[in-house]
Formats: sequence, structure tokens, C-alpha cells
Amino acid sequence: MNDHDTLERFLEADPRDVGCDEAMSVLHIYVDLVAAGLDAADRYPGVAAHLAGCGPCGVDFAGLLAAVTSEPD
Amino acid sequence: MTGLELDDVAHQAADDAMLAILAKLTEFRGESRFTTWAYRFVILEVSSKLGRHYWRNPPVPLDAVQWERLPDRLGLDPQQHAETTGIIAEIRHVVDTELTAHQRRVFIAIVVDGIPLNALADKLGLQRNAIYQVIFDARRKLRRALVASGYLEERGVRQL
Repeated sequence: MNDHDTLERFLEADPRDVGCDEAMSVLHIYVDLVAAGLDAADRYPGVAAHLAGCGPCGVDFAGLLAAVTSEPD
Repeated sequence: MTGLELDDVAHQAADDAMLAILAKLTEFRGESRFTTWAYRFVILEVSSKLGRHYWRNPPVPLDAVQWERLPDRLGLDPQQHAETTGIIAEIRHVVDTELTAHQRRVFIAIVVDGIPLNALADKLGLQRNAIYQVIFDARRKLRRALVASGYLEERGVRQL
């Protein structure tokens, strides 16, 4: 990692990014795909781009995934 | 946040999430497990509550405008003083000349002062997406400017 990695990550603006509203509207579907080991990013590339670029939505994704994967069977 | 304060926020989030779930119950279309759909409301309520909670004792107030902290936030090397100074000057120029007053306030709060996005959304009475779009658009403008000024290459940073 060089000294510009943080700047590069900050400036990343993926044109596929669907934004917070659309990402959150399908978050439950996306999370179930991930939890099932399926390629959610392939089905929802715009959501994957958003979760990579939006810190708060990324945290919500991680939290929901943790909640559903920690459920007792 | 710990102890009773944490419990209080958790209970409020749970109560509000339950109300949201009951209100939206007829909209569940079976595209995911029901529990995943329902947990989503809990997660979103927690995010919202934490954003509001930030202002009880904010480590950084709104409009603090801490430009001096930006090099550290962006991981710029203090040893490369001339380059860091140039990049920050270019960012300030874009912020001053290409953003509206509202966009400038949002950018400075989130990027320069490091205020959490959910907290700013709560303070300004805006949706999270409205804040995010300001930052997203600013990123593109900043990249264009930093490429034009020679600090960045089209894909990556020019190594000096």
C-alpha cells in the first residue's frame, strides 16, 4: 500500500453505483444471496458498487449479514 | 456508547423497527427470507438512531471546517509536503468554485470534518442518499481536477 491508496479509494466513483435508496431497497435479497454463498454482486452489480463506495450502507450490509448468519438453525 | 445509554438506543430502535415492520407487512413479497426482510428494518433504525445520537456529545461540531486535518484523512504523505499542499489546494479550489453552498457544506462536514454521514443527514433533515450523491459527484469533479493538474493519472496516482 502506498500513500495514495486512501486518496484513490476516496475518489472512486463507480458509474454502476445505484445509490443508497436502491441499494437499501434490495438489501435483504442481496444479503440472502451472500449468506447462501451465491454471487450477489453478479446479480446486482450496482448494489455491489454502492456497498463498496458508501461507508454507512456497507456497515448496514455487514450488520444484516451478521444478523442472518448468526441465527440458530 | 455503553450501558444504559446503549440499552436505551437499542430498545428505541427495536420498538420503531417493529412499528415499521407492522406498517410494511403487506409489502413483503417473499423475495428473501422473512427474517432477513424484517431484520433490515432493525438495521436501518439502528443506523438512524446512531446518527441522531452523535449530536448528544459531538466530537466535531457542524461547520468546524478543519481543512488542516484533510491530508491525514486522505492518507497524504506529510513527507511529500509540496505534493500534499498542491493536492489540498486543488481540492479547496474545486470545493470553492464548482460546488454550490449546500454541496460545499456537505462536503466539508463529511470529508473535511469527518462527521458521520448518518449524523449529518439527521442534522440537516436529509435522506442518506441525498448526502451520498453530493459526495459522489464531488469525487468525480475532484478526480477530473487532480488529473488535469497532473497529480493523478486517469487510473491511479502519478508517482513522483
